[in-house]
Amino acid sequence: MRTQFCDAMVARAVNPKMVFFTGDLGFMALERLQTAMCSRFINAGVAEQNMISVSAAMAREGFEAWAYSIAPFCYARPFEQIRNDVCFHNLPVKLVGNGGGYGYGVMGPTHHAIEDYGVLLAFSNMTVFVPIFDEDLYRVVEIMGNLNGPAYLRLGRGESPQGRDIPSYSPWRQLTSGNGMVVIAVGPLAGSYLASCLMLSVEARPNLWALAELPLSRNGLPVELLRQIVEGPGVCVAEEHVARGGFGAELALHLAERGIHPARYRHLHARSHQYERYGSQSYLRAQSGLDTKALLSAIFAD
Amino acid sequence: MKLSIDTLRAARKRLLRMHFESGVGHIGGNLSALDAMLLLFHEFVGGEDRFILSKGHSAGALYVSLWSMGILDEAELELFHKDGTRLAGHPPASGIAEIPFATGSLGHGLSLAAGTALARRMSSHPGHTYCMTSDGEWQEGSTWEALIFLSHHRLSNLTVLIDHNRLQGFGFTDNIASMSRLDERLRGFDIDVLCVPGHDLDAIRAALLRPRDREDQRPRFLILETVKGHGVSFMENKMEWHYLPLDEAKYLQAVAELDRVL
Repeated sequence: MRTQFCDAMVARAVNPKMVFFTGDLGFMALERLQTAMCSRFINAGVAEQNMISVSAAMAREGFEAWAYSIAPFCYARPFEQIRNDVCFHNLPVKLVGNGGGYGYGVMGPTHHAIEDYGVLLAFSNMTVFVPIFDEDLYRVVEIMGNLNGPAYLRLGRGESPQGRDIPSYSPWRQLTSGNGMVVIAVGPLAGSYLASCLMLSVEARPNLWALAELPLSRNGLPVELLRQIVEGPGVCVAEEHVARGGFGAELALHLAERGIHPARYRHLHARSHQYERYGSQSYLRAQSGLDTKALLSAIFAD
Repeated sequence: MKLSIDTLRAARKRLLRMHFESGVGHIGGNLSALDAMLLLFHEFVGGEDRFILSKGHSAGALYVSLWSMGILDEAELELFHKDGTRLAGHPPASGIAEIPFATGSLGHGLSLAAGTALARRMSSHPGHTYCMTSDGEWQEGSTWEALIFLSHHRLSNLTVLIDHNRLQGFGFTDNIASMSRLDERLRGFDIDVLCVPGHDLDAIRAALLRPRDREDQRPRFLILETVKGHGVSFMENKMEWHYLPLDEAKYLQAVAELDRVL
C-alpha cells in the first residue's frame, strides 16, 4: 500500500500547509513525495517522540501534519506524545504506521503492531483507518487529510482478488453474499478471505464484510448487516489485532447493549507477541488462527 | 512595559497566597521560575509570540504572570486547584489562549516549542517562541531529541530558558544524574548558550536582548542560575519545598521576608 499511499500524498501535496515528517523511513517508497514536497518533507531522524510533539505544534499553528514510521515506532514509542500533545488538544495530526498487524513478519516482534488501534482508540476523537485494498488509499488519504482531529492510518499489504472488481471505498463493504454466517474482517484480512468464500456454495457462503474505519460509532452498523446479524446463523469477527481493545470486543458490547444476541459469536484475533518462532505475515496469521483455513473451521464448527 | 519592583513584589506575594490558600505544594520551583517568567510576559511576549511552559509544575507562576498582565482575573486565581477551576496544578489543555499546551509530564515542551517555531518560520510569521524548561527535565531523552532537532533546523526564532535551580524531585540534580556542567554540554549542540543570574532582572533582560550577528541562526538558550524557593529563607535550596504546602505561620513569615527583600 505504500506505493498507493505515496501517490495519494503526492496529489495532496499541492496544499502549501501540508507538512510530512518521517522517522527516517521511506527508502524505495517515499522518494517521489520527498521530491514533490521539497522542504515540507522533513526527516525528523530517529526521534519519534520529538517528531510527534513537533507535528502537534505544527497542527496547532494551522499545518496539516503527517507523521510516518514503522507502525510500532509511530504509536508505541511516542505514546505519551500522542496522548498529551495531540489528543488532549484534539489536534489534526495524521499518524501513519506502516506494516500494521504482522506486516513485518519475520523481522520479529519489535516490528509487529497488533495492539495499535486498540491503544489509540482509547483516546477521545481518534479515528483509525485500516484500508482493505491498495485502491482504497486515495480516498482514505483524502478523508483523513480533511479530518479535523487526530487520526491513525494502519498501512498493510493489500490483497486484491484476481479477476474481480474492487468495490469503491466505503467504511463498510459487503464482499460476498450467502446464507452462511456473517464474517466481519478488519483491514486487508478481508481481501485474503475473499477467494475462498467465493468458492463456497451460496448456502454455505458467509456474508463477508470488510471494515476499514474505527471506532464503530463513526459509521455504525449498516442496516443490512444488522439484519444479517439478527436473522443469520451467527457472527465471526476476524482482525489482525489482539482481543483486548479489538473490534470483536467493541461489537460484542455494542450488540449486548442493544439486546441483540447472535446465534453464535466467534472472534479470530492475533494471539500475542509470545511466539518462539517467527515467519512471514502469512505464517503468523496461521499461528494466530487468522488464515483462511482457520476462518472456515470457525464458521463451520458447531 | 518595564517590569517594576512593585509588580514583582505583588506577583510573588500573590503566588504565595495562592499556594497557601489552596494548600498546594510545588512552591519552590515556582519561586525560582517566577522572576524570569514575569519579565518575559511584561517585556517580551507580545500578541504574536508564544510562551510554552515545559516545566508544567510551575503553573502557579504562569497563572500569576498572566494575572499580573490582566489576562487572568482575581476570581480565577481564587479557584486555583479547587473543584471547577480552569487553573489545575499543571497547565490546562484548552480555554486560555496564552497557554497553548497542557504540560506537566516533563520532556514535552521543548519539542512543542520547536514545532511552533518551525511552523512560524515556514509561514513567515513574525512571532517569537519562548520556552521554559526545568533543569531536572534534561534527564528526559525526549528533551535531547528536541535539542538535536531545533539545532539542526537553526530555529533562531526560538529562545529557551532553563530554570537551573539544581534541585529536582528527590534530591540535588548533581547527586542523582549529574549533567554538570550543563552549559558546556549544551554548547556541544551548536546553540547560543548564555549563563545568567536567574533573579537579576537586568541581567536576564540584557541576555534576551543581546544582539547577534545577522548570519547567526542558532537558537538562544539562557541557563538561569536560580534558587529554589527564592526569597524565602526557610525554602531556599530545600528539596522538601518541591512538595510541602504552607501553613499559616510559614505563609506569614514568607510574606514578611519578601517585603524585607524587595
